[in-house]
Amino acid sequence: MNKIDKTVKRLQLKELYSGFRDAEVIKSYAVLIHKLSKNLQKPLNIMEVCGGHTHTIMKYGLKQLLPSNINFIHGPGCPVCIMPKERINHALILSKLPDVILVTLGDMIKVPGSDGSLQDARAQGADVRFVYSPMDCIKISHDNPEKKVIFFAIGFETTTPMSAALINKVVKEKIGNIIFHINHVTIPEAMALLLEDNSHNINAFIGPSHVSVISGSKIYEPFPKIYKKPVVVSGFEPVDVMKSIVMLIEQVLDNRCEVEVEYSRSVSYDGNVQAQKLNNSYFEKREHFRWRGIGDITSSALKLKPEFSFIDAEKIYEAILPTQEINDHKLCICGDILKGKASPQNCNIFGTLCKPSHPVGSCMVSSEGACAAYYKYGDIL
Amino acid sequence: MKHNHITLAHGNGGEESSLLINKIFYEAFNNDILKKSEDAAIIEGGKLAFSTDSFTVTPLFFSGGDIGKLAVCGTCNDLAMMGARPKYLTCSVIIEEGFSIDSLEKIVDSMKKELTVNGAIVVSGDTKVVPKGSVDKIFINTTGIGEVLYPEISASKITEDDLILLSRDIGNHGAAIFASREGIELSSDLKSDCASLYPIVKKLIDAKVKISALRDATRGGVGAVLNEWAQSSNICIEIEERHIPMSDEVMGLCEILGFDAISLANEGTFVLAIQKEDASKALEILKIYNSFASVVGKVTQHYSKKVVLHSEWGTTRFLDMPSGELLPRIC
Repeated sequence: MNKIDKTVKRLQLKELYSGFRDAEVIKSYAVLIHKLSKNLQKPLNIMEVCGGHTHTIMKYGLKQLLPSNINFIHGPGCPVCIMPKERINHALILSKLPDVILVTLGDMIKVPGSDGSLQDARAQGADVRFVYSPMDCIKISHDNPEKKVIFFAIGFETTTPMSAALINKVVKEKIGNIIFHINHVTIPEAMALLLEDNSHNINAFIGPSHVSVISGSKIYEPFPKIYKKPVVVSGFEPVDVMKSIVMLIEQVLDNRCEVEVEYSRSVSYDGNVQAQKLNNSYFEKREHFRWRGIGDITSSALKLKPEFSFIDAEKIYEAILPTQEINDHKLCICGDILKGKASPQNCNIFGTLCKPSHPVGSCMVSSEGACAAYYKYGDIL
Repeated sequence: MKHNHITLAHGNGGEESSLLINKIFYEAFNNDILKKSEDAAIIEGGKLAFSTDSFTVTPLFFSGGDIGKLAVCGTCNDLAMMGARPKYLTCSVIIEEGFSIDSLEKIVDSMKKELTVNGAIVVSGDTKVVPKGSVDKIFINTTGIGEVLYPEISASKITEDDLILLSRDIGNHGAAIFASREGIELSSDLKSDCASLYPIVKKLIDAKVKISALRDATRGGVGAVLNEWAQSSNICIEIEERHIPMSDEVMGLCEILGFDAISLANEGTFVLAIQKEDASKALEILKIYNSFASVVGKVTQHYSKKVVLHSEWGTTRFLDMPSGELLPRIC
């Protein structure tokens, strides 16, 4: 038997994070940041690329602990937020086909396309399910052999291997009733695009740790080398973020510009090579992908390789999936927010026309979007 | 965007539920008693409390209870939260064709046990059996009448003279149900808090504790109760986050799935607004039943109609009304 001897003291789940939320540690980092930042010649504008970090910053009120010369610019790293409406419409169209079960991850079901959300489609009779792990599709397909299960795959590098693992199983075991609509995107191309725009205001990046657990910290090498922007790969707890800010300030003060890893407990330079291999066996780069609010970004997304077109919903249903681009409401300034040029409060419809229950723009749709985080947690001080 | 159909978000006990109730039901049934929007209606010149609730839960049998226990606790708790002693209940069941008689007996047996805890009896009932697929196994409605022992409890009477207390650790029911429903296959000790609250309320009343408001934090969780109170009483409720009691199991589930325990449902946990001078007396009584009971906050006028959370490291943020369907985070 594989059971752990009861005399062995096992690590409790909360021990994995409690130290990283320790009030005294957070406060002492705040003191250190105030002290170090006095030596900065100019303000440090840090883009936290990932919506998970935006969420941490707002939920724990970290902005309130920082001096006025340290600013956050909230980046485009929220897989639900950047999904353009025309692709959400694909999910809606597919979900309404007879004998189809449309499966996706969490938040995706409440994002409206131009004709409602998957939640609305479900209320009108479509069989829409959300799963925590894509592997749950196996059980759904097994329980419903007469139905076609379409997995609407979303997410950055973090969730891509989970889709690849499911595809691997479907292909290897010849499971006939699961197919895929792939919307996986990759983060470095979006970061580079933001920097190509001359009006940007970004001095440094905080990179998401979970992306680098898969892809390694190496994916950020171009940013210090080509764009002269330091990057710290950070965990998602408040202590992680505070420590990452210290590391970035120290880089600036030491005249260094490099990729550093704060989340050294799980991130290596090369990442999870096995997962990368699995991804590479099924996916290849798309020529371009339209990010909601930002626009077309070259090589910023993945698609199934041509030899797997027999499980590619975009190919199978090509005739009924429109490709025409659908833009957001003209009052919405999500594009500028995602590019770091505006803050949610600068938007005329923030909190009025546009709320989490009726999102108009991309940043309000997911709990990890910048606008949703500002709306939920406010910004009292 | 306007909704043309009912979605699950309309049933979450948060923002969408309020909209649905206000726009459709309150508008049609409009009267002064209903508009008070309390856990139970106070009728007959303040002598009686009157409440109804329908129950549907998957799975029917869960760790810490079943739909039968829930159906009695739910309605009796609504009465108890208005300072009333539950007396008479009606019980109406809609059963799907093919449902197991054994399960039905188990459910009714749980109801019987829970009625005893409350000292209430079922005095009228109804049974409907519907074709397969018309309901999900079994739906139960209970309606209850209680005798008001402590009048003047109301969500709109909370003032700066009150302190806010929680009767125990939060989020257990929602976490237990979610863990079993989604097949996350967690090995955990999560157990619903499903319980009758009348015995505790009776002790508070007997001890002459000055109660301003009580509310069991069911759908929408503690977050929804605090927001409703802040709005009804036109006050600001300021909560010390570190004082919110939470078990390791609930916190663990929330960590994994990205939930906030403060918006998870409870079925035997209540929020109290107690006059300051009696808060320690109330806490002492609550602690007899659960050692997690805690004073969690105070009432101010800083941000009217808002709930403010204070962190241990000196930052503050709003706690808003839970909104949308509970969905696990993506990454």
